[in-house]
Amino acid sequence: MTTTVPEALVTAPPAARPGILRRPKATTGFWSWCTTVDHKKIAILYGGTALVFFLVAGIEALLIRLQLAGPNGTVLTASQYNTLFTMHGTTMVFLVGMPLATAFGNYLIPLQIGARDVAFPRLNMFGYWVFLFGGLFMYSSFVLGGAPNGGWFGYTPLTSAPMDAGFLPGRGPDFWTVGLVLLGVGSITSALNFVVTILNMRAPGMTLMRMPVFVWMMLVVAFLTVFAIPVVTAALIMVFFDRNFSTNFFVAAAGGDPLLYQHLFWLFGHPEVYILILPGMGIVSEILPTFARKPLFGYAVVVFSGIAIGFLGWGVWAHHMFATGLGPVAVSAFGLATMLIAIPTGVKIFNWLGTVWGGSVRLQTPMLYALGFIAMFTIGGVSGVTHAIVPADTQQTDTYYVVAHFHYVLFGGLVFAIFGGLTFWWPKVFGRMLDDRLGKVTFWLMLIGFNLSFFPMHFLGLQGLPRRTYTYAANMGWDNLNLVVTIGGFVIAAAVALFLVNVIVSSIKGEKAPADPWDARTLEWSIPSPPPEYNFAEVPQVEARDDFWHRKYTEDEQGRLVRLPAGGSDAGAATGSSVIGTQGDGHDIHMPSPSYYPLVMALGMPILGYAAVFKEPWLAVPGVIVLLFGLYSWAIEPGTAED
Amino acid sequence: MSEATLPELAEAVEHEIGLHQHAATNTGTTNTKLGMWVFLSSECLFFGGFISAYLLYRDRNVSGPKPREVYDIPFTSVTSFILLMSSLTMVLALAAIQRGDHRRFRIWILATALFGSVFIGGQIYEFTEFYREGLALSTNVFGSSFFVLTGLHGAHVTAGIVWLLTLWGMSMQNRLHVQDSERVEIGGLYWHFVDVVWIVIFTVVYLIPT
Repeated sequence: MTTTVPEALVTAPPAARPGILRRPKATTGFWSWCTTVDHKKIAILYGGTALVFFLVAGIEALLIRLQLAGPNGTVLTASQYNTLFTMHGTTMVFLVGMPLATAFGNYLIPLQIGARDVAFPRLNMFGYWVFLFGGLFMYSSFVLGGAPNGGWFGYTPLTSAPMDAGFLPGRGPDFWTVGLVLLGVGSITSALNFVVTILNMRAPGMTLMRMPVFVWMMLVVAFLTVFAIPVVTAALIMVFFDRNFSTNFFVAAAGGDPLLYQHLFWLFGHPEVYILILPGMGIVSEILPTFARKPLFGYAVVVFSGIAIGFLGWGVWAHHMFATGLGPVAVSAFGLATMLIAIPTGVKIFNWLGTVWGGSVRLQTPMLYALGFIAMFTIGGVSGVTHAIVPADTQQTDTYYVVAHFHYVLFGGLVFAIFGGLTFWWPKVFGRMLDDRLGKVTFWLMLIGFNLSFFPMHFLGLQGLPRRTYTYAANMGWDNLNLVVTIGGFVIAAAVALFLVNVIVSSIKGEKAPADPWDARTLEWSIPSPPPEYNFAEVPQVEARDDFWHRKYTEDEQGRLVRLPAGGSDAGAATGSSVIGTQGDGHDIHMPSPSYYPLVMALGMPILGYAAVFKEPWLAVPGVIVLLFGLYSWAIEPGTAED
Repeated sequence: MSEATLPELAEAVEHEIGLHQHAATNTGTTNTKLGMWVFLSSECLFFGGFISAYLLYRDRNVSGPKPREVYDIPFTSVTSFILLMSSLTMVLALAAIQRGDHRRFRIWILATALFGSVFIGGQIYEFTEFYREGLALSTNVFGSSFFVLTGLHGAHVTAGIVWLLTLWGMSMQNRLHVQDSERVEIGGLYWHFVDVVWIVIFTVVYLIPT
């Protein structure tokens, strides 16, 4: 028994009886997707669902931009506008950014560390269902009494005042608080799974400092998620109690402090920023060495910078609150701490540049996105430093300058990295290449649209255009730039549409992908595309960082790359055409068996959510029954069916 | 050896298998146990949020009873002591199942659940008393932060009691074997955690004077 067998494989309790539901048998079709515990299928579910939410959030953004294209816009009413910017932000953070990172993590972490699955396969599926149901729950608010409209940050007392106080009429804040608590449960379970998988299930020889940087960044992200989400959960529970059970947490007249909410929210919210961007940094750190055909420059420094960002991220939350009057000492301290973060971030940027420098660069689509990431993220990082300067920030607060900044880091950063990652790993996941020319057109369209859309916002913000306001007067000098911003938004939409066209074309007549189409470096490229269910027929023995690369290449005396012949330096070595890990047909490998119970247990959660939102205690009864039925059946069911 | 019955032999073999499982991860800690530690670390931050709110609010009442006026320290000390003793019985239950002593395991696990229930009973009594003395959720910020913090802790203890009783029920059906002792250990980790949180809450909320 080697070091990488999931717990589920070895702890089948004896005398286990079959559960009430028969064990699912389907391996293809609808039910196989509903009951799968294969980390690769779950990753595809996460990715597909998150991309649908990405389209929804994009449509919300376009509606916002139509409203703001000219002065005194009439496309939306004020309250529709509030709903749309709230749901755009909430969707992009919780239903797009985090689950897309989870999709990449789910697919790649086991493959990159040489494992056959994650540590808790059923918990993995449970996390997906909670994410899906949490998202549907949140969006069901549109037809069930009003969608969230208090901003993605949900400041009190706006959100915490009781419904009949009339601050925010409707059930929007209730759906928002309960929905985020549900989504938090999903995030914590998937993060917990990643932590245990990465710490416990690495292949022999895969020491921590040999792990791909993407895995490292996901480890940092998983820890941040585990520690940050409970803080906002506590804050959301307080909001919910204030709103529905007349507590006084944020009622200033009773001695409560609305600022406590902001502290708790941003104590979560700033680590959340790194939860969103670090996976992107990890993806880029995989793409750049592959297409520059050089190892990542300063691997250890990149890893430690990522860890440093993770730690520093906890000490800067109040820079979101400079305008609230924290006092000169506090704002100075938080301003300085914020500037400190620029150091590890800058170190990373220089390491990426060092990776590309002097490499034999191939400008294929994933590389374009990675380079675009570096450029756009740097702009966002620089405007971020201007926020750390407190007097400047006081001027910029609540203007479009802030909107420009965080879109440069989250769209220019995260979304570019995600698209780079999608084009990079698409052949591995689906076994077909995406069209490179179409991909390049998509990239340039997206880069141009993105800059048209968000660069003018810097000027608009400095000229005083306030954010979160549904209209503006003419003759303020804001008209032309706003029109440019709107046009840019539609160019981005065209780029996304083109990406979808590429996906469809690829699925119909895309070139079949070889195991290693990019001549890449990490273990996932050593197995067929798409990988078999068990990933590795033989668990790989890892000898070095970028192990797969060293199985393909060595260096001569002048330090030039020399390709090793097939079956080269050691057993199982390979070149692009033959692959390691395919010896044997995997017949004797027992993988965790599919299960209904993660779905059943997760189904109980939105029922409980509706019981809370509508204050109908009777509805909690079926919720608890479904939840407990799922939980107990799950606990009794062995992870792997004995056959 | 000749006196060992067949089931005991089988259990001894299962115990051997169980020992081998422990070496199967990079850290040497099993996945479930490591997962539980990660979950509990997450819970620390959850309670941390509510404890901070309480510390901020306990002196900021504009009306209604203050903490000193409602607390019955001797009473809460007794229920706290009982909850702490339940950690001892939990340890004894785990030791029993690791030895394969199912009879004592069932006794100790039930005792743990019983002590936990006494604590919850005490909390219900305490809440009712406070309410009678005029402290409700909505009375003042002290009431809000006190009831939500201790109530969520009570909910955690209640979930723990259900967990313990489930382990007891599995044992009664002969579905909890020596090599499953880690299931008990995981439940125990959770149980000790809610105890430790209570030590913090009892100190911070009840004992440290305002």
